[in-house]
Amino acid sequence: MAKVSVRFFARYAELAGCSSSAINLETPATVADVIDRVREVFPGTQAMPPRPLAALNQRHVKLDATVNEGDEVALLPPLSGG
Amino acid sequence: MHLTRHRIEIADLLAEVQSPARGGTCVFLGTVRTDADITAIDYSAYEAMADEEIERILAEAHERWPEARLTLQHRLGLIPAGEASIAIAAAAPHREQAFAACRYVIEAVKERVPVWKKEIHADGASTWVESLS
Repeated sequence: MAKVSVRFFARYAELAGCSSSAINLETPATVADVIDRVREVFPGTQAMPPRPLAALNQRHVKLDATVNEGDEVALLPPLSGG
Repeated sequence: MHLTRHRIEIADLLAEVQSPARGGTCVFLGTVRTDADITAIDYSAYEAMADEEIERILAEAHERWPEARLTLQHRLGLIPAGEASIAIAAAAPHREQAFAACRYVIEAVKERVPVWKKEIHADGASTWVESLS
């Protein structure tokens, strides 16, 4: 099992009802597995797109990236900076 | 730190990049537009990652245009229409490098930096912006 922290931003924080949490999941696991678990724990996040943008430890990653104990996964709504 | 909650002062950015050896300076300024009934935009960010990502973008630009000196500020919080949300200054020995570096940085920011806009309407309602603008 690995404990991973999860962060939600902007509209996704509204959907989740919180801005951060932690989840436990069986290893080996990917960012996609984290997202599946998030959809179960925070039903509001089922309104996120099937493949949301994600960051792992503050870097953009694809959803097949491997997560490890202590990692931070951030779920990012479509970016609109500038 | 490239994120600020205060008004952006362009003179401060210029002071960081200009020198007698750099004959061309290019400034990009993005300001909040008065589209429809929008009175302000509330900007939020994944601040730690946004700052890191901006650093990575500036480092890439520096690698591509080694003679250019670049700086960037992105403002967060409630920004009234007409005020700047982002400013980039690029100075280089010649204008081609300054324009190219400045353009590279703003396009990369739009694509990669985790910042979000919530539009505030005249009636007090608000909506998240979820398309490129």
